[in-house]
Amino acid sequence: MEHLRTRRLDWTVTLVLALGALVMVLPLAWMILTSLKTFPEILRQPPALLPADAQWGNYRTVWEGFAYYRFFLNSAFVALMVIAGTVLTCCPAAYAFAFYDVRHRELIFGLLLSSLMLPAQVTVIPLFKAFAALGWVNTYLPLVLPAWFGGNIFGIFLLRQFFRTLPRSLIEAARIDGASEWKILWTLVVPMSLPAVLTVVLFTFLWSWNDLFNPLVYLHSESAYTLPVGLLHFIARAEQLTGGSAGQVPWHLVMALATVMVLPVVLLFVAAQKRFVEGVAATGVKG
Amino acid sequence: MATSVSEWRQSYAAVNHSLTLVATPGSTTYDPMNDRRAQAFWFWLFAGPAVAGFLLFSAGPMLHSLWLAFCNYDVVAPPQFIGLRNFAYLLFHDPAFWPSVQVTLVFTAVQVPLAVASALGVALLLNQPVKARGLWRAIFFLPSILPQAASVAVFVYIFQADGGLLNRLLALAGVTGPAWTTSPAWALPVIVLISLWGFGYPMVVFLGGLQNVPRELYEAAHIDGADAWGRFRHVTLPLISPVLFFNVVMGVIGALKVFDLAYAFGAAQGLIPGGPARATLFYGLNLYQQAFTYFHMGLASAMAWLLFAVIVAITWLNFRLSRRWVHYGD
Repeated sequence: MEHLRTRRLDWTVTLVLALGALVMVLPLAWMILTSLKTFPEILRQPPALLPADAQWGNYRTVWEGFAYYRFFLNSAFVALMVIAGTVLTCCPAAYAFAFYDVRHRELIFGLLLSSLMLPAQVTVIPLFKAFAALGWVNTYLPLVLPAWFGGNIFGIFLLRQFFRTLPRSLIEAARIDGASEWKILWTLVVPMSLPAVLTVVLFTFLWSWNDLFNPLVYLHSESAYTLPVGLLHFIARAEQLTGGSAGQVPWHLVMALATVMVLPVVLLFVAAQKRFVEGVAATGVKG
Repeated sequence: MATSVSEWRQSYAAVNHSLTLVATPGSTTYDPMNDRRAQAFWFWLFAGPAVAGFLLFSAGPMLHSLWLAFCNYDVVAPPQFIGLRNFAYLLFHDPAFWPSVQVTLVFTAVQVPLAVASALGVALLLNQPVKARGLWRAIFFLPSILPQAASVAVFVYIFQADGGLLNRLLALAGVTGPAWTTSPAWALPVIVLISLWGFGYPMVVFLGGLQNVPRELYEAAHIDGADAWGRFRHVTLPLISPVLFFNVVMGVIGALKVFDLAYAFGAAQGLIPGGPARATLFYGLNLYQQAFTYFHMGLASAMAWLLFAVIVAITWLNFRLSRRWVHYGD
């Protein structure tokens, strides 16, 4: 009896999950299917669920025809520079806050952490003022520079938590060996903390790749746009660009752009699902 | 982090082995880092950039923004002190301020409970011994990490009045659907729906909390005759209350700060964000437009400080209240 009841429960749970999963996947499926259709196909009623003939050329059209590769490269460049700065400055900072006994260390760390509560809206106006005065508006410096000054406070927090689980005796032994602190950090501590470092890299990537607010504030010329701004800009200008009639946005091309933008995130997620999930879970455990 | 710890143990064992080979006995008491000055030197070398970044990109701008909140500032002319006039204008004269507060509060009041409840619901289902749990978890989590500009574009297309999938399917059933994205009544509900698509983030936080609940407690409750609801109410809920608390606080703060979602919603329709009729003019969007469309930078700074004050107050209040119902173990 008990056994039968649990089996029926299993089926109910699976059914509910499957229905929920369908709702989650549907928008993405519709995005990809639309991106492979022709213009007449997306206007048809009743809607054609599948493209009659997959139009892979749509991707070439947006990539080359509308120079979308430019936005892609801009986004990739910004993300790489942000990741490089984050790793190079957050690892040493986390090491310092984990292992050195310096007066007021916890106070300083607490101050850094408190800035997580600060909304970007508070700092953006003075920062814009300063970057404008330096002539850096329309460059990538406002997007990249904060990352080179340990801008990812959450990353420092996560790395420090992980570093602290490493045995101090190991570091002391390396010091006795004559290894410099810099060398201990990069050849001993960081390699032993790769899961945590990778988690920080992935979340830094997401934060930079998905960001709409900062590129919108600082990037004003089309050639400098990153993907999120580029996508919205494309929709706004789509009628002109494609010579379509009023109100007819070429959604098949828009969906191709959206797919190109989403794809790297999906691929990274598939490759490192565990790191993402652990990173998210880690934020909650400390709550 | 079960697997990462085991991975780490392996590399630790390897390094430890090589170190014992190198370190000579007898020299164990010497540690160059016993010197406090050396420690301070390395501390500031390593943490210096982050501390400088905190001063340059957070603390400094924060104080400057407080000053600008009491100024008239349009980027071209230098800031000019005007006392409380920005705040007075916002509270008593600005036609956009209160509508944007209302939109944000309605969104928060509807979205946060729905997101937290669905996140908890699916997490409870995934905590059952279901097959292919990793796959389900991946499907529910993925949308929450996708770029919002892209997901909003997809949803705006699905909810389009004429060409959208939803209204076309409704038309097949003989129903004429409303202009979801351009009607003042439906635009905000659609935004709530789009944001609910990203409920996977709090769901994974819940899963982490649920996995920390010891199995024995459920078995004990089962033996005591507790039904499923009783086990949830008296075992699960108290033990995951810290995670629930975290998700609610983070959800509220995130909802008050919404920007990308609201901006993309307007822009993906080729419209000025905030419409129709201010129905989607979120506070964060209103602030952005004041600052970077109209260059009312002083006014926008005042808005930013009001938001910051509310966030600090909510965080403080939540921590006070949490003492009553959050169970921290030990």
